[in-house]
Amino acid sequence: MGYSWNWGIFLQPTATGDGTYLDWMFYGFKVTIALSLSAWLIALALGAVVGILRTVPNKWLSGFATAYVEVFRNIPLLVQLFLWYFVMPELLPEDLGNAFKQSNPVVQQFLSSMVCLALFTSARVAEQVRSGINSLPPGQKNAGLAMGFTLPQTYRYVLLPMAVRLIVPPLTSEFLNIFKNSAVCSTIGLLELAAQGRQLVDYTAQPYESFIAVTVAYLLINVVVMFGMRWVEGHVRVPGYIGGK
Amino acid sequence: MHEFDWSSIPNALPFLWDGMKISLEITVAAVIFGIVWGTLLALMRLSSIKPLSWFAAGYVNLFRAIPLVMVLLWFFLIVPHLLESLFGFPRGSDMRLSSAIAGFALFEAAYYSEIIRAGIQSVPKGQMAAASALGMTYGQAMRLVVLPQAFRNMVPLLLTQGIILFQDTSLVYVSALADFFGAAYKVGDRDGRLVELLLFAGAVYFVICFTASRIVRYYQNKLKTA
Repeated sequence: MGYSWNWGIFLQPTATGDGTYLDWMFYGFKVTIALSLSAWLIALALGAVVGILRTVPNKWLSGFATAYVEVFRNIPLLVQLFLWYFVMPELLPEDLGNAFKQSNPVVQQFLSSMVCLALFTSARVAEQVRSGINSLPPGQKNAGLAMGFTLPQTYRYVLLPMAVRLIVPPLTSEFLNIFKNSAVCSTIGLLELAAQGRQLVDYTAQPYESFIAVTVAYLLINVVVMFGMRWVEGHVRVPGYIGGK
Repeated sequence: MHEFDWSSIPNALPFLWDGMKISLEITVAAVIFGIVWGTLLALMRLSSIKPLSWFAAGYVNLFRAIPLVMVLLWFFLIVPHLLESLFGFPRGSDMRLSSAIAGFALFEAAYYSEIIRAGIQSVPKGQMAAASALGMTYGQAMRLVVLPQAFRNMVPLLLTQGIILFQDTSLVYVSALADFFGAAYKVGDRDGRLVELLLFAGAVYFVICFTASRIVRYYQNKLKTA
C-alpha cells in the first residue's frame, strides 16, 4: 500500500502556530492525567461513603446507597456525560446555570467530565468497598459491638482498617478504568489525549503515526499505574489473609 | 428553570426504535463473535504451545489497556482505508456498521476470554483426567467435558458483560452512526429539545439494563441453589 510514513511530523510546527504537534499531544496527555486523577480522588471519597452506607442496618440509608449505585451503573457513561454537560446546566437554578454557561468552555468541559467520571466511578468503588466490608467475618462486627463500641466506632476501629487493605487489589482495575474511560470525554470536545490524536489526523493527514502515538501513550499510563499499584498492594497486604493473597 | 416539553418524543419513536435496532444488532453480533473468539483466545492462553499462549496473553493485555473509544476510532478512521487499499473495496463505501461490530467483537473478546479462562480453570482437574482416562483426546475432553461445565458456571458473568457491552454501544456516537443514543441526540438537536431527549435516552437505558441485570441475578441465584 502506498502510505508514506513520516514520524518527523510530531516535531513540525502546528498549523495554528502554537508549538509543535508533539506539544499538542503532550497537552492532551496532561489533560487526561489531570482529569483522571482529580476524578479518582472524588470517586474514592464518595465511593467509600456510599459503600459503607450500603452495609449499615438503617434501611433508608442503605436503600439510598443501593439506588445510587444502580443509577450510575445502569446508564452508559456517554449518556451520563451528555446529561452532565448539556442537561445539568439547564436544570440548575437560573443564575448558577448561567454562570456555568458563561464560563470558559474548557472549564465547562473539564468540570462536566470530572463530575461525570467521578460519580460513575464512585458507584463502582462503592461496590468494592461493600464487598470488602461484607467479606470480613461477621464475628468482627459482633465482637466490636460486644466490646461496647458504638456502630460508627466499630466501623472506624474494627471493620474499615481491615477492609481498606483488602480492597486495594480490586481498586487497581477501577483506577486503570478511569484513565481509559476519560477518553469518552473527547466527545464533548475536551482536548484530552484521544481528542488530540483525532485532531492530529485532521491536521497532518498522518493517521497511523498519530493513532499509534496515542495508543502507546495509553499503554504507558497503564503500565505506570499497574506498577505503582503493585507497589501499594505489596505494602498493604494483610499477611496470612486469603483476600490479601 | 427549564420548561419541559416532551412533545417531540412520540413522533420520533419510530426513528428511535430504528436506532435501538442498530444498538441491539451491534450488541448481539459482538457478543456472539466476542464469545467465539474469546473462547479460542482462552484455549490458546491455556495451551501448552508457548507461542500461542504468548499471542493470546499479548492480545488480551493490549486490548485491555486501550480505551474502547480509541479502538473504535481505529476501526472507523483507519481500518476501512486499510481494507480499501488492501482489497480494492470501492472508495467511501459505508462500512460503519460492520466496522463497529468488528471493533466491539475484537475488543470484547479480550474481556470474554478472561471470563472464559477463569471458567475453564474453575472446572476440577479430575474432570480432564477422567476424560483422558476414558481415552478422549485433549480436544474431545475440552469440547465434551470441560467447556460445557465451564460455560454453565459462566453464563451470569457472560450476560453481565453483555449488558456492559450494550451500554458501551452508545460509543458508536464517535462515528455518527445512528444507534439509539445517536438517534435520540439527533432528534433532540433538530427540535432544540436536547434536555428532554437525553433524559429520555438515559431513562430507557436504565430500564433496560436494570431489568436485564435483575434477571441475570435471579438466574445466578437459581444456579447457586441448583
